[in-house]
Amino acid sequence: MPIHDQGYRRYSGARILRARSWLVIARAGIIERLRERRFLALLLVAWLLFVVRAVQIYFGTTFVRASFFAPSEETFHGFLTQQRLFVFFITIYAGAGLIASDRQANALQLYLSKPITRHDYIVGKLATLAAFLIAVTWVPAMMLLMLQVLFSGSLEFVSTHPRLVPAITITAALQVALASMMMLALSSLSRSRRFAAMLYALVTIFAGTIERVLQTATGAAGWVLLSPQNTLLVITDALFGIEPEIPVTIALIAIVTLMAVCVAVLERRVRAVDVVA
Amino acid sequence: MNTERSERSNGSTVVLENVTVRYGSHQALRSVSVAFPEGATGLLGPNGAGKSTLIKALLGLLRPAEGVMRVLGRDVAEAPLAIRAHVGYMPENDAHIPGMNAVSFVAYCGELCGLPPADAMQRAHEVLFYVGLGEARYRNVETYSTGMKQRIKLAQALVHDPDLLLLDEPTNGMDPKGRDEMLALIRDIADRISVILSSHVLPDVESACEHVVVLHKGVVATHGPIAALKGDSARVFELRVKGDEKRFIEALREAGIESHDESGDVMRVFVPAGRPARVLFEVAARHGVQVRHFRASVPSLEDVFARALGD
Repeated sequence: MPIHDQGYRRYSGARILRARSWLVIARAGIIERLRERRFLALLLVAWLLFVVRAVQIYFGTTFVRASFFAPSEETFHGFLTQQRLFVFFITIYAGAGLIASDRQANALQLYLSKPITRHDYIVGKLATLAAFLIAVTWVPAMMLLMLQVLFSGSLEFVSTHPRLVPAITITAALQVALASMMMLALSSLSRSRRFAAMLYALVTIFAGTIERVLQTATGAAGWVLLSPQNTLLVITDALFGIEPEIPVTIALIAIVTLMAVCVAVLERRVRAVDVVA
Repeated sequence: MNTERSERSNGSTVVLENVTVRYGSHQALRSVSVAFPEGATGLLGPNGAGKSTLIKALLGLLRPAEGVMRVLGRDVAEAPLAIRAHVGYMPENDAHIPGMNAVSFVAYCGELCGLPPADAMQRAHEVLFYVGLGEARYRNVETYSTGMKQRIKLAQALVHDPDLLLLDEPTNGMDPKGRDEMLALIRDIADRISVILSSHVLPDVESACEHVVVLHKGVVATHGPIAALKGDSARVFELRVKGDEKRFIEALREAGIESHDESGDVMRVFVPAGRPARVLFEVAARHGVQVRHFRASVPSLEDVFARALGD
């Protein structure tokens, strides 16, 4: 006579009727990445520039002789522009496999056979990458601002530069949104994370190089539209009060159009069933 | 799910009414109307019959061009998420979430289905032990053998304790022992929750299911309880003849008697109800054919399948 029923047992616990599935997906994605030491090292390196800027702000606000180190709007603009390098590497490292690996492992049909929508899935994946990118753009930039307030002991700098907080926030948001959406769309095009990474690198580096060459050769600033990252820089310049190379409206339209293309690609590629007919 | 109870009280977990699913110009399902009763139902059909398409349509992953599908009392078109919360799906091909070990993967699937994280983890351990992966639950799924991958797919389909389990070719690639164990699991599960087992392996369906729906070229060829479809054992006979076999088979057809496995040495002959077996000898005598072997046979699901497909 069996002393323990080894048959199938039903679950009698709680169920969340409409779970925030995107949050579950994002949390799992973030935890998975944070388990990798190489990725943690990359995140740490991405904060080195923050340390340098923090020291600069400390000396600039504390010592009169080092007032040339005192922060300005340009300090934050420069910081966010320099962080683009780390945005690039983190996007490739954490983003290339987000959908490509799922496609390779046929995971999409598993995800979409659960009570989640395609939008939940895409938002979850976007949030995974966006969380890391925010951690190396907006978070350190805002912390630098807070350090300035802390070291100077007054809010004078913030009040004399009222556009700084919105400029930092919008710039970081655009950087994060553009990188995440481009990477996710490219990742959805392939079953190989390496191929997706190469595509992203190609779009980012190659387009930037071509743009510079054409701009130098012809002298026309409009070539900037060839490079998504440099087009974004036009908007960033405008936000920080720097005269942009081309009208900011055109740059904005180009970025919004690119994001719309990314959404269309994701809409088409993220399906549980590939219909080849 | 009150509606579910009312639907299930009628004895059907899935009801399809004139369902047509198209891939471009190709019709994968053509005006399918059928009800799947509670318990274990086999979904049979040759490759390309529309089995996987039907399952994916039931999950709301494919939208039918026409028709209504109700799963557990809910309309698939109106409430796909609510249905998926109560349905477990084991896909045909290899599928897993990359980079996770088995217990994390199954718990993650539980969370996606709305189980609280702690419950999902506890349930993942339970289910992995149940499917026989208890010892390997901390191994990365990518390192699993084919048989283990089939089990983990079953585990992820069970973790949220569905009311209906959709299994697409669950014994694919398994060795005989693993296959028997998988079928034993399915039988045990079917005692507690409804199961639709899609397969082209007839013995698998016969051993695990009481009912069967046979699909062929996108239409329902036959459906019902397997026992009833098999019919009276006395009506199926094994026959070996000497003489003009082709002419004999032709004559049997003209007499309204079906025969199968005609290319082999022994043919299986189905004598319609109400007609005596003697008619076979009469036809043979009329066409100068000697009957060398004659034996009443136990009808199998294979016979049902062959008759349904008209082979």
